[in-house]
Amino acid sequence: MRSNVADYSLVAPPTLPEALRLLASDPGLTPIAGGTELMVALSAGRLPQKNLLSINHLRELRFIDVHPETITIGSGATFTDIRCHEAIAEDLPLLTQAASWTGSIANQNRGTLGGNIVNASPAADTPPALLAYGATLTLMSASGTRTMPYSMFHLGYKKTALAPDELLYSATVPRNWSGYRSYIRKVGTRNAQAISKVAIAALAKIEGGAIADIRIGAASLRETPARCTATEQALIHRPITPSTLPNLILAARKALATEVQPIDDIRSSAKYRAAVAANLVEEFVRSLV
Amino acid sequence: MTEVTFTVNGRQQTIDAPPMKRLLDVLREDLHLTGAKEGCGEGECGSCSVLMNGELVNSCLIPILQADGATITTIEGLSPEATAPLHPIQQCFLEHGGAQCGICTPGMILATHHLLQKHPHPTLAQIQEGLAGNLCRCTGYMRIFEAVQRAANAEPFVPAT
Repeated sequence: MRSNVADYSLVAPPTLPEALRLLASDPGLTPIAGGTELMVALSAGRLPQKNLLSINHLRELRFIDVHPETITIGSGATFTDIRCHEAIAEDLPLLTQAASWTGSIANQNRGTLGGNIVNASPAADTPPALLAYGATLTLMSASGTRTMPYSMFHLGYKKTALAPDELLYSATVPRNWSGYRSYIRKVGTRNAQAISKVAIAALAKIEGGAIADIRIGAASLRETPARCTATEQALIHRPITPSTLPNLILAARKALATEVQPIDDIRSSAKYRAAVAANLVEEFVRSLV
Repeated sequence: MTEVTFTVNGRQQTIDAPPMKRLLDVLREDLHLTGAKEGCGEGECGSCSVLMNGELVNSCLIPILQADGATITTIEGLSPEATAPLHPIQQCFLEHGGAQCGICTPGMILATHHLLQKHPHPTLAQIQEGLAGNLCRCTGYMRIFEAVQRAANAEPFVPAT
């Protein structure tokens, strides 16, 4: 049953400060950027939020700044902006890859990094890469700005640390990953336009024949996007050679099983997700030898 | 109701509409441009594709307020009417059997236009990716890909304004 659009309001303040002021005076306002999530809900007659705040046109939010140690991506940057950005492709290839397989070209032209994060879908495409890279978020309200590690942003299913009067301003991602090997894979119904059943983005550094650092971000394995910390702990500092590989894989699979809590839904089953996630982690570990 | 002014196929239009009314519905109901179709209504099928400020978008996902000030090209405005009834891409779809029932065709052609703007000589993989958001339930895609390849080679390629 379609919604009656006359029941909805939408305002488009000209500047970011004005948008923040409106949010402060009416925390019931729901920000809408590219509309690739909320407009779907509207068409399906299941958008409960009636009063919306358009932030799509705010130039202050649409930027990508390259600094010596980090790249800061404005929440209004689209997937197209991200996948076409040369420094991101060079330094943060997991993010380029994730952006390039999010939805279709038309969705990438509209969908934003901020929406992908704030919408808080456990299956979202960029979070595994942002988690692996250790991104930091900057949140903004009329009364100030605060930053937090992205890993602390998701509090529960579709629950985040974003206050009702705050907007996500940007994500800042460390860019020096020289010496790291990276891995990313999304498993969905088809390559394009499919929401993931399971996705993993991972980085590891091998020093002196051992795993010196390892960072595994995952989607659709818990109620939020999450790092696989138990699996990381099972692997870090372990020697990695062809002869240790079988034991490492066993340890990784065992640890992963303790921390994944996938669900059955229309896209896949919990059993399938857990099995495929273990296969992906194995593929990643094998790639490190 | 909100007043929204935008340019559609080269003509400036001002309409009064609820701000969350979808661009697709404004095009079809207010402006009687019925080339863009509603397939899924959730940004998955591409039947409602239009070009907004030169970018391919799903018009079913755009609240009309976000189109204020924008330049929109729909399938009706793709061809430079004074010189040719059909755009070269349309002609190639016609000649290569790239259209059957026609529901997906306007979106396919606009997605092709957007693709060729970015990649004038696309590989098959680029064509497949460029059209991946446009679903066809008739042709099986091969004839569409052939039409796109032919359009890429057709000279001259006339960009939409």
